[in-house]
Amino acid sequence: MARVVVDVMLKPEILDPQGQAVQRALPRLGFEGISDVRQGKRFELEVDGPVDEAALARIHDLAESFLANTVIEDFTVKVEEAAAEAAK
Amino acid sequence: MTARIGVVTFPGSLDDRDTQRAIRLAGAEPVALWHKDKDLHQVDAVVLPGGFSYGDYLRAGAISRFSPVMETVIEQAKAGLPVLGICNGFQILTEAHLLPGGMLGNDHLHFVCREQKLRVENADTAWTADYEAGQEIHIPLKNMDGRYVADAYTLDKLEAEGRVAFRYLDVNPNGSLRDIAGITNEAGNVVGLMPHPEHAVEPLIGTGRTDGLPFFTSILKKLVNA
Amino acid sequence: MSRTPLDTVEHAAETPDVELPWAELGLKKDEYERVVEILGRRPTGAELAMYSVMWSEHCSYKSSKVHLRQFGEKAPQSDALLVGIGENAGVVDVGQGYAVTFKVESHNHPSYVEPYQGAATGVGGIVRDIIAMGARPVAVVDPLRFGAADHPDTKRVLPGVVAGIGGYGNCLGLPNIGGEVVFDACYQGNPLVNAGAIGVMRHEDIHLAKASGAGNKVILYGARTGGDGIGGASILASETFDDAKPSKRPAVQVGDPFQEKLLIECTLEAFKEKLVVGIQDLGAAGLSCATSELASNGSGGMRVTLDDVPLRDSTLSPEEILMSESQERMCAVVEPAKVDRFLEICEKWDVIATVIGEVTDGDRLEIFWHGGKIVDVDPRTVAHDGPVYERPYARPEWQDALQADDANKLPRPATAEELKAQVLKLVASPNQASKKWITSQYDHFVQGNTVLAQPEDSGMIRIDEETGLGVAIATDGNGRYAKLDPYTGAQLALAEAYRNVATTGAKPLAVSDCLNFGSPEDPAVMWQFAEAIRGLADGCLQLGTPVTGGNVSLYNQTGEAAIHPTPVVAVLGVIDDVARRTPVAFQEEGQLLYLLGDTREEFGGSAWSQVVHDHLGGLPPKVDLERERLLGEILISASRDGMIDSAHDLSDGGLIQAVVESALLGGKGARLVVPDGLDAFTLLFSESAGRAVVAVPRSEEVRFNDMCGARGLPVTRIGVVDGDSVDVQGEFALSLAELREAHEATIPALLA
Repeated sequence: MARVVVDVMLKPEILDPQGQAVQRALPRLGFEGISDVRQGKRFELEVDGPVDEAALARIHDLAESFLANTVIEDFTVKVEEAAAEAAK
Repeated sequence: MTARIGVVTFPGSLDDRDTQRAIRLAGAEPVALWHKDKDLHQVDAVVLPGGFSYGDYLRAGAISRFSPVMETVIEQAKAGLPVLGICNGFQILTEAHLLPGGMLGNDHLHFVCREQKLRVENADTAWTADYEAGQEIHIPLKNMDGRYVADAYTLDKLEAEGRVAFRYLDVNPNGSLRDIAGITNEAGNVVGLMPHPEHAVEPLIGTGRTDGLPFFTSILKKLVNA
Repeated sequence: MSRTPLDTVEHAAETPDVELPWAELGLKKDEYERVVEILGRRPTGAELAMYSVMWSEHCSYKSSKVHLRQFGEKAPQSDALLVGIGENAGVVDVGQGYAVTFKVESHNHPSYVEPYQGAATGVGGIVRDIIAMGARPVAVVDPLRFGAADHPDTKRVLPGVVAGIGGYGNCLGLPNIGGEVVFDACYQGNPLVNAGAIGVMRHEDIHLAKASGAGNKVILYGARTGGDGIGGASILASETFDDAKPSKRPAVQVGDPFQEKLLIECTLEAFKEKLVVGIQDLGAAGLSCATSELASNGSGGMRVTLDDVPLRDSTLSPEEILMSESQERMCAVVEPAKVDRFLEICEKWDVIATVIGEVTDGDRLEIFWHGGKIVDVDPRTVAHDGPVYERPYARPEWQDALQADDANKLPRPATAEELKAQVLKLVASPNQASKKWITSQYDHFVQGNTVLAQPEDSGMIRIDEETGLGVAIATDGNGRYAKLDPYTGAQLALAEAYRNVATTGAKPLAVSDCLNFGSPEDPAVMWQFAEAIRGLADGCLQLGTPVTGGNVSLYNQTGEAAIHPTPVVAVLGVIDDVARRTPVAFQEEGQLLYLLGDTREEFGGSAWSQVVHDHLGGLPPKVDLERERLLGEILISASRDGMIDSAHDLSDGGLIQAVVESALLGGKGARLVVPDGLDAFTLLFSESAGRAVVAVPRSEEVRFNDMCGARGLPVTRIGVVDGDSVDVQGEFALSLAELREAHEATIPALLA
């Protein structure tokens, strides 16, 4: 078992109303010095078997076609090392 | 004499003017309050209305809860000021920890707008005294994040203390635990619920029922008799 | 597009031979040559951006203009019309000092690319048009058309569109009170996402998109400008989508309904304090459109400093800033003395506002960037003098064969059992089934003035709490009818919307339309378009309801296959007291059911022919607009005088569909008797126009019959509200439970 993390974020050029609303609230709460906030989604996939290149390629396809809407979102796929280590 | 009931407008509040209308129809005087203003202008009670304050971004109610007006509302609610939170107002009250638990997205993942049947479980609060305990009423419900959740200990405590004020009947529209539609604090002055009593105050309009009006007559009577 | 050195007007004059990418920006060669001729030199990059986007089909109506003129030429005399075609939206006088503005627009192509955001920003755009007239928006409606209900892509597009409309409209606090949902394979690659909105104001609050008064300031307020939908206006009207990898699709605009809600409140507060001389929303073509339209509708002169536009992305080039379609932005013209107060109100609502320019006493629109003049044009040449095409049109060769394929000759049910099965099949078919799964995702109650909402015949909103004055709106369209005969099809859409308004008790006043068609470069499509407009203009003249504005959406086609011609018509009506409204639902057992109008054997384009035979052919039902007007008058009188307790218009699906809907909504059944001279099949399924079914309390029977008799409207008693089934005597009975299951299970099963 290993964990693969897919992070999905709106593309940089796409407006992120959610992040913007959070960012605007920060000064009022006394948090200064944060110039931008963007909000995204994190998916944790528990993978049966080895996370080899083929598995990662499949997860990449899954992320591209399903988890992310590539019209407006980018994604990254990464293997979570700790979980991968622990599983060995 | 009549009572002055404040209605807070947050950026993104939607039902603030409707709530003012309901207060007026019940015979009380509505007072508009502004989120940036800490002053409650000597109102006798406060309603936090429905809507999507700050777009419900981050979490419903999470940003409004920190607005200047809420500092005063929180302080005075603890001292006994009657406060009603409707829908987004309920979400703000939980985020402000004036009421326990929290609100998540509806279990079916869609916005839901329907006429909802409820049972009044507690008719002893400041906002429900004009109902009978056990009375069944129909009130519009409309929300995206209406699924009430709390840990089992809190839920048991709410039930044991009679603090579940309203329960969904027939259909649980959002997956709320134990069909909870609304709750009250221990003192009975702070009440929150997801359905919208301010949209059931006039015949012909909306669902054509007036089952929501007793919320506003309850508080009026309590304040006038106080 | 960024070039060094800056492509200023001066630079353009010095470098006449520089090649500009006019073709990539969607301009034709002769159009580009005309720009050069107008300017007397080559355009700068920024000027080219403006002309290309403003001269696109979407912004210039270059293919449709010659036909749309009929709406003006044939406009009926109407005292109700306060502002007509050409402004952001038309304005109608509804009495008691109130004016109502309404409009329907399409957001078809963006909704196919990204259903949620496409539909959401469609709502946002139409609502800004309403605010720009000075009105508070009070309701939205959404006529929607999708591909086959069971097609996998429909499951992608429809839930996204519905969630987008709900997500945006609900968050704005606008009740969604009407619209349609229609499925047809012809919309598979081209769903039609039309959005309508209504706004209310006092007469004195009407505002126009006009920059007048030299020295007045131009203020841009709302969201920051980003790289959203750059070139989007051109893409909206482009022939095809690039069907390459998903990530290669054009950038999509993301809507922020929260920002728009703030924009509404802040704009209305500025109106209330009379701070605004002229106003324009930023939609397709963004600042290019807003500045050129404001200037050309005023004296013509305006100077804008593009460096002052607040940006979300600091790397944007001036051309991109001019073309950006970032949502939730507006442009106001404000007298210098009132600028501070205007900015204060914006700050109160946390809305970013910046003075970006001023009105000048010249007649040029001049735009500056980094100190250089990058635009120097006569704004009228950008906004109004775009190309006009007389596209060739011709009745398609297949039209005769289509009309000859007579639906009246299709096999009809031979037995009562077969008739019953076809009724069940009809009310369960995706087009006729309950749309509750969809409409329950829209807020109907917000603002506390909703008197009627879907599935009622029209949506109705109270606009004055004291007097009960209200307005009603219905939107209708039937692409199947229009395909068989575009002239008649357009009139049937008008007649149905008119009837739907009258059925609820409101008097129809005015029309807006959203004309969805295929490619204007196809003469057959152009013929459909020309015929539909001719039909609609003739119909509006006859009914006395002027067209106040609307929208044209062309290029709705996949390859050679165009959608059915789909003119969607919105009719606005007024009712003196909403307490007199008539609902669809049966109210009381024992009330008598009357069929108003004539029933003929008319099955061309009918729901029955589609559901039972998957057939489209023959001629659509005949239109008699004088009859529609008479029916309307009867329905309104009966409503006002309390002679009827429920009423339902008959349209697709015919009488049985209407009776089943009234029965299910009221929870009361009906016993129907087939009247002399009609057979059960024709009674139940015919789609003859100009008809409604009403429930009359027994105490009103004589009065109601006398009224219809005196005014010459055919009226036939067909049964009584009774029991818990729909019972067609001598034929079959279906229990309400069985009907409800059939009617309500279809859509959730397909989409949930």
